[in-house]
Amino acid sequence: MAGLPRSPGAEARAKKGWWGANRWLVLRRMSQLGVLLLFLVGPIYGWWVVKGNMASSLTLDVLPLSDPFLILQVMATGHWPLTSALIGAGIVLAFYLLAGGRAFCSWVCPINLVTDAAEWLRYRFNLKGGARFSRDLRYWLLGAVLVVTAVTGTLAWELVNPVSMVFRGLVFGMGLAWGMVAAIFLLDLFVSRRAWCGHLCPVGAFYSLLGVISPLRVSAAQRERCDDCMDCFAVCPEQQVIKPALKGADKGFGPVILSGNCTNCGRCIDVCARDVFKFDWRFHNPTTPRVAAKSEVLP
Amino acid sequence: MADLKTKGTNSGRRQFLADTLRTACGVGVVALGLGLYSRNTSALPAEAVRPPGALPEDEFLGACIRCGLCVRDCPYDTLKLAKPGESVALGTPYFTARQIPCEMCPDIPCVKACPTGALDHALEKIENARMGLAVLIDQESCIAFQGLRCEVCFNVCPVRNKAITLEFRHNERTMKHAIFIPIVHSDHCTGCGKCEKSCILDEAAIKVLPMQLAKGLLGRHYRLGWEEKKKKGGALVTPDLPHEYNLPEGLRYEHGGRGLINEGPPGGDAVPSEPVLEVIPLKGGGI
Repeated sequence: MAGLPRSPGAEARAKKGWWGANRWLVLRRMSQLGVLLLFLVGPIYGWWVVKGNMASSLTLDVLPLSDPFLILQVMATGHWPLTSALIGAGIVLAFYLLAGGRAFCSWVCPINLVTDAAEWLRYRFNLKGGARFSRDLRYWLLGAVLVVTAVTGTLAWELVNPVSMVFRGLVFGMGLAWGMVAAIFLLDLFVSRRAWCGHLCPVGAFYSLLGVISPLRVSAAQRERCDDCMDCFAVCPEQQVIKPALKGADKGFGPVILSGNCTNCGRCIDVCARDVFKFDWRFHNPTTPRVAAKSEVLP
Repeated sequence: MADLKTKGTNSGRRQFLADTLRTACGVGVVALGLGLYSRNTSALPAEAVRPPGALPEDEFLGACIRCGLCVRDCPYDTLKLAKPGESVALGTPYFTARQIPCEMCPDIPCVKACPTGALDHALEKIENARMGLAVLIDQESCIAFQGLRCEVCFNVCPVRNKAITLEFRHNERTMKHAIFIPIVHSDHCTGCGKCEKSCILDEAAIKVLPMQLAKGLLGRHYRLGWEEKKKKGGALVTPDLPHEYNLPEGLRYEHGGRGLINEGPPGGDAVPSEPVLEVIPLKGGGI
């Protein structure tokens, strides 16, 4: 994108210090690696804090957690899962309904590390252009996954899903899953910016639907301070979600980023030298949210 | 002006429809590819055995979420999840009997661990598991068939003397020894694979096969007469009539016994010198 700053966050670093300008990024990486570590200490050291993988797990032999999207697919095949899977999926569903659906993408999903690395390199080496496709493509794919699942009666998506393939690979043995990691990396690096997470991934598309009503959101609460440095746009994985909240005051939009596709990664909070952004509640959205409801909420 | 505006709206609408159609077609092709791929991978290779209680393969592939909790709760590291590049459906649990067979834990922890019921929790006794069926697939290399004493499969079988029994046959080669033939019985074999694991040959002569490969099926219309007779407790067709011999007075025939018995009056010869056929009455309209 033309006019984006070459080193976003430089001003914030100068003003707020390294920690102030990287806080959420660091916490996010700790969360991603921490989740992975929890699953890995079992197989590596024999300390079974968590068993299983992200599809379904059992923590400390009591807490069941299941991937709600996967359980939805199981139901689409015509099989009714047992109670423990339903409870597990319910807990996860409730968590992401509160914490912002796509918080999964930025705080938990292992593929995010890969695509963030690709994006960092893309920015670093100023790789421009590539294929252009709609960000709505992921919803088409989400629909296609459910249709194929219902028609074939098998969890077809799980045969190719890079998200579960890589996480399961890390915990149970990779096999050729590294090939999938490389494919996603190259896709994001050379084919299109933020291609996988921002345009294609049906898992993220599912979680974005939860984000439409989740109370925890990023808000451009101090948007009047904005000096149009574009740092937030440069780092945002879903740039389209910022504009209505940050620049929509005249059009009656509130400062809260309502789009379900905001991943609550908090990177915009980090890189803003003027502290325009902060985590806030969806309801804390002063200007005429009714206008926003129509054009902004839909992802 | 108004004309231009209408034109603009129309082309916008046209553009939208074209874009939508393009996306729909593209995604449709992807969906078709995914569907076909899933059909291709739904065939389980014969050497891969599913854990106990696994639903029939087509249902299993819709119910198993590939979480690996069964793998974790297997105390013997028998189970593993299929990795990318293997021919088993990605991420699903299976074991290879020749490497590590199922030890048939009485508490069946793998089934209990399954959160979705892909491993059926209705399986409460491991003896009722049917992971596959052991088949003595190569009688030419099995040394028992050569008349040598082996019986390793018989001895390691956890469902002892039920799933595998020994049948004695005469050794036609030496003409004086017995051959001990292992026979698998599908009403007791769980498919645990311990026989395949312990077969002493370089390549096992006895192998656990998926049920649908291992079992034949009698035509549904087919009835075995003796079974039906047993069920009914008697003949299903014309009742058996005691055979009657049309013999001259004083003579009796004992089938399978002493044969023709002369019970004529002592001293007298009941047997006529020549058979007088016309005086013998035909009884019971017999043939």
